[in-house]
Amino acid sequence: MAKETADLPLRHDAASRFVPFVIAVMVYLAALALAGAMVVASAVGGWTEGLRGTLTVHIMPNPAGATATAKDVEKALTLLRANTHVAAARALDERASRALLKPWLGAGAGAPEIPVPRLIDVRLRNGAEPDLSALAASLRKAVPGAELDDHRRWLGRLLGLAGSLETIALLVLLLAASAAALAVVFAAQAGLAVHRRAIEILHLIGARDTYIAVQFQRRAFMQGLMGGIIGLGFAIVSLLAMGKLFGGVELFGLGQVRFGPLHWLALAALAPAAALIAMAAARLTVLRSLAQRL
Amino acid sequence: MSAVAARECKSQMVTVMESPRSPEPTAPADQKAPAIVRFEHVGMRYGAGPEILRDVSFTLPPRSFHFLTGPSGAGKSSLLKLLYLDHLPSHGRIEVFGRDIASTPRGELPAIRRRIGVVFQDFRLIDHLSALENVALALIVAGAQFEQVRDHVAEMLRWVGLAEQIHAKPATLSGGEQQRVAIARAVIGKPNLLLADEPTGSVDDAVAMRILYLFEELNKMGTTVLVATHNDKLVSSFAHPRLDLQAGETSLLPPA
Repeated sequence: MAKETADLPLRHDAASRFVPFVIAVMVYLAALALAGAMVVASAVGGWTEGLRGTLTVHIMPNPAGATATAKDVEKALTLLRANTHVAAARALDERASRALLKPWLGAGAGAPEIPVPRLIDVRLRNGAEPDLSALAASLRKAVPGAELDDHRRWLGRLLGLAGSLETIALLVLLLAASAAALAVVFAAQAGLAVHRRAIEILHLIGARDTYIAVQFQRRAFMQGLMGGIIGLGFAIVSLLAMGKLFGGVELFGLGQVRFGPLHWLALAALAPAAALIAMAAARLTVLRSLAQRL
Repeated sequence: MSAVAARECKSQMVTVMESPRSPEPTAPADQKAPAIVRFEHVGMRYGAGPEILRDVSFTLPPRSFHFLTGPSGAGKSSLLKLLYLDHLPSHGRIEVFGRDIASTPRGELPAIRRRIGVVFQDFRLIDHLSALENVALALIVAGAQFEQVRDHVAEMLRWVGLAEQIHAKPATLSGGEQQRVAIARAVIGKPNLLLADEPTGSVDDAVAMRILYLFEELNKMGTTVLVATHNDKLVSSFAHPRLDLQAGETSLLPPA
């Protein structure tokens, strides 16, 4: 038969009852921040992968008319296909080019009075590193007004945005972890004060500091786990609801974002992480306090 | 334990021969062995307050049994606090089991405390634990499992007359019963050193004698015993030397 009662009745401490709720809120916020960071990272990864080894050539509409523009496109295609670094070059027809503008211009994108540049999608050979300045210059020479876009500027800004979002998410995670740890520290300090007499007795009959600390850390671990599971549960419900609401919408017109098993696993790790943080915070608080005694 | 056995036990005690004014009095038992406790010119004060103990020097040899006597306020409890490592002296040197307490790493003190059984004057039982759990705690903190020691602890509680109160919480026990739980907790681990602060203050004479016989029994098995009391009748019933504390200093007196 096991001992019926814990040495320190920490379960009944009023000061520690709020800890699971604080941890639940912190895990909820951390889960949303982490999910946001993972979605952005995943989307950016997809875009980067999709654009690697590609170029886009913009051919501005020729004032002489559509036939002249088509000739400009053919000239550019010939020049591009003659380049040894180019694996393939494909011109998008005008309808396809206008379709790309539809998310921004709506139905107006199809109006013939709006001039739309023709686009040429260029695929480079694997590992090819062409002299882009020379290629752009020769394109401009052959077709005045032609522009070569290697997507670096666009991707650079996108990566900058993604990096900022990931940094913010990391800060939210750190703040949430700190707030949860602080809640546990205050609860442990209150527990030490409430049970001072019992702790003194344990101390005097030869209990090691770790014997006393284990009782606090076990309690904090369970509270952290409970709060973590509650917060995570609410976060998952929120994420599923958001997925339902926005699942069919392309994010900023840049493709759909998807949540994979690894993302869910990373989110699920927040609950045990919260429990471990709570446990460590309680242990350190108690050991530091007891170290001041003889 | 019978009175005859108690008398036999008492007869084993060696008469104290030293002068009461000896600067470092020594008890008779096992004088060749290293001392269990050695105080050298120890002083003690609480914070910036007056000195409670001024210049205390004495030695408790292994297997010795002493009464710690002196008027109320003389510093008996303070001296015991130094002995059960609840306080450091403001000056002087204390050795317990051959270890200089001031230089012993803090992490090694619990192991020393576990070799000391203490009966506190205010019992110091944990309120929400039963008598059984309170006594078992002394063994559990040393690494024992509750189920392993349960029967042994229950037997000890029966021996101190608490067979019916094994599962009672301290608040439901009388002062005398709480004191017996505290005594059971102090002796359950067969300590090398037993310190008792007024252990018979809340019990009648018959139970007081029974408690002292128990201490003597432990002493016969090798435990060094120091009992703080101002019960002169009790002290005179046993042939043990006295450490008398007066005005912050000790002197060793022969049995009363």
